[in-house]
Amino acid sequence: MNTQRRQVLKTGSGAALLAILAAAGIVTPGIALADWNKAAFDAKSMADTLKALGAVSPTESKDVQVTGPDIAENGAVVPVGVSSTLPNVTMVAILIEKNPNALAASFVLPEGTEANVQTRVKMGQTSNVYALVKSDGQFFMATKEIKVTLGGCGG
Amino acid sequence: MANPMKIRAANKDGITELKVLVSHEMETGQRKDAAGAIIPAWFITELSAKHNEKIVLTSEFGPSVSKNPYLAFKFKGGAKGDKIIISWKDNKGETRSDEAVIV
Repeated sequence: MNTQRRQVLKTGSGAALLAILAAAGIVTPGIALADWNKAAFDAKSMADTLKALGAVSPTESKDVQVTGPDIAENGAVVPVGVSSTLPNVTMVAILIEKNPNALAASFVLPEGTEANVQTRVKMGQTSNVYALVKSDGQFFMATKEIKVTLGGCGG
Repeated sequence: MANPMKIRAANKDGITELKVLVSHEMETGQRKDAAGAIIPAWFITELSAKHNEKIVLTSEFGPSVSKNPYLAFKFKGGAKGDKIIISWKDNKGETRSDEAVIV
């Protein structure tokens, strides 16, 4: 009985070590992620994220809408949508201010694709959610506070 | 190999609405397992959608996109019977492509 328990503990710690090694391997700059905007996704604060996206001081705009629940019961799955009536929207991004990394997702919209994207994100806690939109080469944004009753980043 | 995506593409009044449900863990790299070890990050980094051969959307995801990501968007054009191809790549270099037909 006891020896069995020991074995379980042993294998358990072995798996844990492997996990750490794998994590270390992933953290090193990935060649596979060459196109992925690592700087933007690694940025912690809103300001750094905006900088990494090339969006310096975006203008608040009523023509950009963030849709989502006022209160999200489950932070692991929060439906968020971004839409805009601005012309020639080429890029849309969703930022969550209080998440460990603010940027959740960014979308490049070629001509013909509407500035109306919906997805689901994780939120660690109640936070402002920002929608960043690039229209005619200029950046605009809008914000909405979503309250989270159960965080989505815990174990 | 990951499970196939669920793709729904519907054309109405000249606008095609696409809804995609991807099957993926989207592990953030911040959670710990029962032994206290960090579960390595594993998430989709890039996803693109093609209508016939034309790209209609490219996106970059961070780990804070929910598990089994859902995505919906619309583009002008598209006709019944046209082909839609959605492809993704994750941070482990795994990829998957699935096709659907506009209805």
